[in-house]
Amino acid sequence: MKTTIKIAWRNIWRTPMRSFLVIGSIVMGIWAGIFVVAFSYGLNKQRTLSSIKNSISHIQIHHPEYEKDYDSKYFLENPDLIKTELETNENIKAFAFRSLLNGMISSPVKSNGVRIIGINKNREKEVTGIHSGLVEGNYFESKRKNPILIGEALAKKLKVKLRSKIVLTFQDTDNNIVAGAFRVCGIFKTQYTKYDEGTIFIQNSDLQRLIKSKEFHQVALLCNSLDDVDPTYHKLKTKLSDYEVKDWKTISPELAYADEIMETWLFLIMVIIMLALIFGIINTMLMAVFERRRELGMLIAIGMNKSKVFFLILTETFFLSLIGAPMGMFLGALTIKLTSETGINLAIVGEGLQSVGLGNIIYPEIETKFYFFISVMVFIFTLIAAIYPSRKALKLKPTEAIRTI
Amino acid sequence: MEIIKTTHLTKVYSNNGLEVKAVNHIDLSIEEGEFTAIVGPSGSGKTTLLNMIGGLDDSTEGSVEIAGKNISSLSENELIDFRLKNIGFVFQAYNLIPVLTAKENVEFIMLLQGLSEKERKLRSEALLVEVGLADKLDSRPNQLSGGQQQRVAVARALASKPSFILADEPTANLDSHSTSTLLDMMAEMNEKEKVTFLFSTHDQRVIDKARRVITIEDGKIIKDERR
Repeated sequence: MKTTIKIAWRNIWRTPMRSFLVIGSIVMGIWAGIFVVAFSYGLNKQRTLSSIKNSISHIQIHHPEYEKDYDSKYFLENPDLIKTELETNENIKAFAFRSLLNGMISSPVKSNGVRIIGINKNREKEVTGIHSGLVEGNYFESKRKNPILIGEALAKKLKVKLRSKIVLTFQDTDNNIVAGAFRVCGIFKTQYTKYDEGTIFIQNSDLQRLIKSKEFHQVALLCNSLDDVDPTYHKLKTKLSDYEVKDWKTISPELAYADEIMETWLFLIMVIIMLALIFGIINTMLMAVFERRRELGMLIAIGMNKSKVFFLILTETFFLSLIGAPMGMFLGALTIKLTSETGINLAIVGEGLQSVGLGNIIYPEIETKFYFFISVMVFIFTLIAAIYPSRKALKLKPTEAIRTI
Repeated sequence: MEIIKTTHLTKVYSNNGLEVKAVNHIDLSIEEGEFTAIVGPSGSGKTTLLNMIGGLDDSTEGSVEIAGKNISSLSENELIDFRLKNIGFVFQAYNLIPVLTAKENVEFIMLLQGLSEKERKLRSEALLVEVGLADKLDSRPNQLSGGQQQRVAVARALASKPSFILADEPTANLDSHSTSTLLDMMAEMNEKEKVTFLFSTHDQRVIDKARRVITIEDGKIIKDERR
């Protein structure tokens, strides 16, 4: 076996340029595959985290009927019970009670349907990142009455600026139409344009004064980490069984679904890359077998059995992959390490990214298990690539070695 | 002792429905220690006969016995194993493994036979010394002349301690000096060590050295001359 391996190793360097080309294509293919996977994971994770940070949080609690038609009459009964439960749970980092209403926002030139979120500014600061996404103004620090935070996209649509006056119209709990004048104290921008266009924040105190009610419709809570979400969710679901408790996967199933789709999609990308690579390897090995048919015929003639000839070609094929694959993986890991720190700035397509809830800078990342997965894939695909040239070698007639003198 | 025996050995090739008898009912017997040349014009069937004797090609009719064993009934894998243990090959184009040194080329066949590293080393060095290449042990084929490569091929053929050596036009690519050196070496091995050689050749220098000359024409032996 040692000599066969030695022959195989030396054989692949008989035509160094060809071997370098095929190894190079393996390196580039695997590097590209890893990078695409890391980029896609990073992109998806960013979208999920951005959604959690700016709107949905980790877990939400509602009245069981609230989400059927988002009617404000379905407020949270006995909020103190919820508060006590949340305060005693160690996995919960912060929570905020919110009042929710659907209504219309009107400027002197235009109106738009919006989701009105009444918040406690200090509590909300600990749960969502709206305060850090202000592009103009301040986070309810204005001394003026009825301050409101609106998204940049909505401000553009309504043609309003900081300190502009706008009117909110909505129904109170008795279905009476209520209107209130508000003044823009801040303009925020998240990574999701549609969210910015359809969501506004006012203070609970202002909202409750208008609707003459001190009730809340939602509790948004943030766990210490993503890993804490599942146990907290299950615990709260049991403890607060009179309420509707939902985790981020249930609130926004498209985010969780994207994770699953992404795995299948990335697996397919890797399979396509590997398929393209095996055609290159098969082509190279077929050329090698064709060029060396006399030599291989001679080996069979002098007594090298077919399993050893098969092993020789198999070993040569594996050498090509074994040189290329680790180099590709190393290059991929290096690229991810560098870009995961600095991020990849895609400002050039920033608008498009923000329309689907993504920021301009993507931070690629990949799980370590993926490298193991690639190694297994390379092994399997190399084996497949080796079979056809090896079979060709086995079909050679030893008489060819003598006839083609 | 009879090393090679063919009985009614026949090979028929079919070409566009036309049957050509490359070898036609040849009965041949080669004794141990013979130095035999099979001669004849191109297309007379020399190589086909050698291929069948070497177990590289199957016969249409008849049989080949090597050292009393009928190889015509062996399977492909059994034939490979049989060739490894019983037959040494020398080809016109040398056919050495280009990525191995002279010594490694000679060792390779012993490796296939499963000999120990020590045995392989000793025997390969001894054989290369015997063929006059003591100073070329670590040279690769592309660093050797045609004559030197063919001598390595002879050493390789002898390495497996075969019953006989089949050499198909071994001098066809060599200049006269290399031919003369190679033939003298093989003749000496034949005389001293009783190595059996069976050549197919056009080369008059080989024919002159041979102690038995079998002439073939149209697949039949037309003359069998012992000297």
